[in-house]
Amino acid sequence: MTTAQLGGRRGLILAGVLLAAGMVLPWIVYPVFALDLICFGLFAVSLDLLLGFAGLLSFGHALFWGGAGYAAALAIAHYHAPFVLAVAAGVVYALILAAVVGFVSVRRQGIYFAMITLAIAQIQFFFAFQFINLTGGENGIQITNRGWFFGYPIENDIPYYYLTLAIVALGVWFAVRVVRSPFGVVLGAMRENERRAISLGYDTNRFKLGMFVMSGALAGLAGSLFAIGNRLCGLDAVAWQTSGKVVMMTVLGGIGTIFGPIIGAGFFESLEYFVSKTAIGDKTNIVLGTVFAIVILGARRGIVGEILAFAVRRER
Amino acid sequence: MLRVVNFAHGVMYMLGAFAAYYGAQLLGLPFFAALIVGPIVVAIFGVILEFSLLRRLYGLDPIYNLLLTFAITLVVVDLVRLVAGALGSPYSAPDQLSGVVDLGFGPYPSYRVFAIVASLVVCAIVWYVIERTPVGSRIRAATENPILTRAFGINVPLLVTLTFGCGVALAAFAGVLAAPMTNVEPGMGEKIIINTFAIVVIGGMGSIAGSILTGFVLGIVQVLAALLFAQLSDTAIFIMMVIVLLFRPWGLFGKPETAV
Repeated sequence: MTTAQLGGRRGLILAGVLLAAGMVLPWIVYPVFALDLICFGLFAVSLDLLLGFAGLLSFGHALFWGGAGYAAALAIAHYHAPFVLAVAAGVVYALILAAVVGFVSVRRQGIYFAMITLAIAQIQFFFAFQFINLTGGENGIQITNRGWFFGYPIENDIPYYYLTLAIVALGVWFAVRVVRSPFGVVLGAMRENERRAISLGYDTNRFKLGMFVMSGALAGLAGSLFAIGNRLCGLDAVAWQTSGKVVMMTVLGGIGTIFGPIIGAGFFESLEYFVSKTAIGDKTNIVLGTVFAIVILGARRGIVGEILAFAVRRER
Repeated sequence: MLRVVNFAHGVMYMLGAFAAYYGAQLLGLPFFAALIVGPIVVAIFGVILEFSLLRRLYGLDPIYNLLLTFAITLVVVDLVRLVAGALGSPYSAPDQLSGVVDLGFGPYPSYRVFAIVASLVVCAIVWYVIERTPVGSRIRAATENPILTRAFGINVPLLVTLTFGCGVALAAFAGVLAAPMTNVEPGMGEKIIINTFAIVVIGGMGSIAGSILTGFVLGIVQVLAALLFAQLSDTAIFIMMVIVLLFRPWGLFGKPETAV
């Protein structure tokens, strides 16, 4: 799963363009839709950390996204926690969950890893479904009041959007730092040749676990922001369809390109929106699935990956 | 068996049930005929898919296979929803089997007895074909070492396609069998595929007897869990999977992976 690296000037330009796009987005589309976009963007980045840099395909990432969403929503709805604490509750929950789940699942890889993460995510789904007193069952948890961010009101969608954008940008910056760090370099070596990395004395499972926890925490951050932004955390957030959706976004944008999955998320969400307006209605998966199948069959590097490969070929 | 994870297997199960339903609705196909015709129709569909799409991904990371079958699942499920509607349709069991039999310890719907016997017979046949016949040994050889098997003059791609078709037919057979017991609805495959994944993880891959045994044991565990702790019945199977992973990460009947 090697992809052309996105580094140096090119990466910087793309980051700038994405940030600028994020700044103007709420003035072009509905602010809530813009919010969905950037939250799913960060979610896809978190999956890419795992898939692109540890070679592990998680098919149960809704576990962290939705779990953290529930934790954050509960903190606000039941305990009237301020925004920062609610998000922290979501991230900490995702972090602990990722440590436990990662401990069990990183022993296996490839398709087994995908199946295990999917199955574990289902446990949480059924819990959310059945413990109605805590989670509201099919109704989910409503958040009537988003609360305050250090004294500033975030009740309106526009201020909340910019706050979220700042946090998402920090999250993406963190992901880039992880990939560039010595830790990320070791993971890259493991992906190339795991046996060699083991023989060099690296405990590969520990490195994978580390990446899994970071990925889970970032997914949790995105999920908390999403739930508070939508004033609702429901069963959708923990359902396996959400896990599948974020995998599609990541692959669509380009595995291992960090910025690619953000574009993938934007493309996916926009396509879903436009298709839902046509005669097909809510059966959007007919189109989305077809697009995804074409990407898998013909352009496995994804949008950004293919463009990069093209650019590299032209330079030669 | 083929080291192909087929996310679309649940879809084949669902299509089997729908084939039986539409067969009865449009053509007046009786249940026992549907039990034969349904799997064949769905298997043809599966073979076309394998031949036209899945085949292109062999030799790549199996993850791509998982992703492609996932995409196929999404498309087919929504297409069926478009044609048949999202709500389920009832499909009634044949008259001969709609009664109740006394099994000694209590009455039991005779259709369920028939379903249990039929699935046991099919499992036995599959086990026999794979483990005891020349065709089965070729299939095992082709999965073990495709290049060497090819060198012996066996058409491996054809064999893979045929095996895939049989796997699909089995899924569809299960779908027809389940049709009178559950609602025939587009989402029925998704519900079962995740359980199937857990069964495969627990049992270990590539062992037919192992999968069958695990399937039955887990069925019993699920029923027991439903009796003892009602809220856990849906999660019991996944919790068991976690326990198995902790102590035998390669599954109960699988072999430890030699290649890391």
